[in-house]
Amino acid sequence: MMNILIAGVGGQGTLLASRVLGKYAMLLDKDCKLSEIHGMSQRGGSVVTHVRIGEKIHSPVVWEGSADMIIAFEGLEALRVKHYLRDGGILLVNDEKILPMPCITGVAKYPDDVKAQLLSAVPNATFVPAQAWAAEAGSVKATNVVMLGALCRLFGFDKEVMKKAVEECVPQKFVALNLAAFELGYERV
Amino acid sequence: MKELMLTNKAIARGAWEAGVAVLSAYPGTPSTEIAESFAVMDGVYAEWAPNEKVAVEVAIGAAVGGARAMACMKHVGLNVAADPLFTVAYTGVNAGLVIVVADDPGMHSSQNEQDSRYYAKSAHIPMLEPSNASEAKEFVKLAYELSEQFDTPVLLRETTRVAHSHGVVDLCDRDEREIKPYEKAIGKYVMMPANAIKRHVVVEKRDNELASYVCSLPINRAEYTSENEIGIVCSGVVYEYVKEALPNANVFKVGTVHPVPVPAILEFSKKVNGLYVVEELEPFIEETLKAAGIDCKGKEIFSRQGEISVPILLEKLVGAKVETATPASVPARPPVMCAGCPHRGVFYVLNKLKLTVNGDIGCYTLGAVPPLAAVDTCVCMGASVGMAHGFKKATKGASKNVAVIGDSTFLHSGVTGLINAVYNRSGITLLILDNSTTGMTGHQQHPATGKDLQGNPAPIVLLDELVKACGVKDLQIVDAYDVKAVEQAVKSAIASDQVSVIIAQRPCALLDKSKKPTAVVTNCKSCGLCMRLGCPAISMGENGVEIDPNQCNGCGVCVKVCPFHAIEI
Repeated sequence: MMNILIAGVGGQGTLLASRVLGKYAMLLDKDCKLSEIHGMSQRGGSVVTHVRIGEKIHSPVVWEGSADMIIAFEGLEALRVKHYLRDGGILLVNDEKILPMPCITGVAKYPDDVKAQLLSAVPNATFVPAQAWAAEAGSVKATNVVMLGALCRLFGFDKEVMKKAVEECVPQKFVALNLAAFELGYERV
Repeated sequence: MKELMLTNKAIARGAWEAGVAVLSAYPGTPSTEIAESFAVMDGVYAEWAPNEKVAVEVAIGAAVGGARAMACMKHVGLNVAADPLFTVAYTGVNAGLVIVVADDPGMHSSQNEQDSRYYAKSAHIPMLEPSNASEAKEFVKLAYELSEQFDTPVLLRETTRVAHSHGVVDLCDRDEREIKPYEKAIGKYVMMPANAIKRHVVVEKRDNELASYVCSLPINRAEYTSENEIGIVCSGVVYEYVKEALPNANVFKVGTVHPVPVPAILEFSKKVNGLYVVEELEPFIEETLKAAGIDCKGKEIFSRQGEISVPILLEKLVGAKVETATPASVPARPPVMCAGCPHRGVFYVLNKLKLTVNGDIGCYTLGAVPPLAAVDTCVCMGASVGMAHGFKKATKGASKNVAVIGDSTFLHSGVTGLINAVYNRSGITLLILDNSTTGMTGHQQHPATGKDLQGNPAPIVLLDELVKACGVKDLQIVDAYDVKAVEQAVKSAIASDQVSVIIAQRPCALLDKSKKPTAVVTNCKSCGLCMRLGCPAISMGENGVEIDPNQCNGCGVCVKVCPFHAIEI
């Protein structure tokens, strides 16, 4: 049984990341459930997608303290969901800062010490400049696939199967770009 | 063949496999993907109706006409469709008819937390509730069998966690079906008192037959594990949580939430050590069991608000508090209007003019969020227009209020409110924010976009002509990005005693994905006026305002708002 939480900001491509993990499960003939919330949250709000892979999955939702890994596409979003991680779980964070509206308007302050807070809660948390690496691979839109590459190595997923899952989930004309992004994430993490 | 599939797509797939030929729906989270998925399947007809009432009427017509049919909507959509719903229970169907309704416990994208199961009971229509994607597909097929066997429409209920989860689904072939001949039966299909009185008898008889029949269905089943354990009655996604949290509990899985299989649950209750009903929202099953004299516990333990979860079950039923790290206290990240959203400038103007704004359902509901905070009311689809009229009547015309509605919502149910305002002479001002799409639910076509659900070109309902045909004499059309023109139009409209309509046009910023020149700041005086737009691309830096070129959509609204001409494109 494997519980994965993908957290980010609406529009960052968290849904594609969950689709790839779902495809990975299918390629290995595992049971799998994904859960996501659409609608209002698309519009720049917090989004969380749940992925569960195993022999028999009941709940589509990962609950607090049970995630084996969290992929966070933004620092503040990592802080928001870090309590979902189980002891010893993997926390992978894209080193990017996106101001939420209350911080833009000055009602709230974006914490200065996001990284320190995350490290104090999860000492082995991994931070990657996924957006920059994606740009190197050809497009910042592949940030999500850079993250998957990094996760693949950190957790020890089957790399070839994961690459096949990426191939099957992205449009044909972007396969080469995404595989390059995946490799960068995998190699550099 | 197996596929990892969104439950909403699995419902569409189930409809396709069941030979459904006609589907009509209005978009609404979390139901929208059913129609979108069905529309691209082979050999089917699918459409966006202007509202849920029309969608259900279309589906009734198709079913009586001889084709298996489906209508889909979110929970509040069923309120709109309630009128045909209650009477199609009397007429029955010819070919099968299934109406899908998606409830939203926890209100992820809704204005209330209503429980649609009461509609099933009240309208005397059987209702099935699947727990996952695979079941959803099979339940749809069963629903069509029941519909034709018992000559009744059937409701299929899902909740957000089911609708928007993926699960592994086995694919089957389509059961191609001949059109069932329509036979004239005035006593059955023409519901006027003399006929309806006779049909009501049929409805009650069918209710009684179904009440015992559902106990024989495998979708209602007892799963015994241990004699000394408690028994839990549940349905939908809660069943999955129960199996996860309490693998040793005896479980009665309810597949037909109406009629509740009471005799079968009575048997179950005798074999377990204490009976619990776990259900989200209202105590629907619990009340049914208690009315039948079955002792059980439910809402004295579980809330009517929000969702059930595995930790809630562990805490409430076995007293095991799930120990987790404390959630971090971090600034909220609410949804916001996108950079370049054409609604932004309009709300800026309404705010500036200190008007009371009767809002409506759509992306523009976000006009209520700070810093714009321009919207005063939001109740349901179309309510902006009727409420603005009511405000005017209450204050004898003195109130400084305007109604704001989107194009799709106007066609859904705003136009009737406008006809009322003209007919009853309230002199309201209505702004139609025409962004050429149904935005919030993810860009669906509607009767004024020129395309239909299946991608075909379609005749365009011209909003300006429609408004004029309602009897509106004072109509202005402005570019939503032209803040000054919007301001002038609003000032002129509110000064008028007549009903006035402003159509603010500009396609949704997400429709045109081409990269446009972005705004650049020079010599900012840090006055902060542009910050009041609430644009996610604009933030206050150390040396004045900064605009994020990655987010900026080049709409130019901030350029027009800046009094020092410090922003340029």
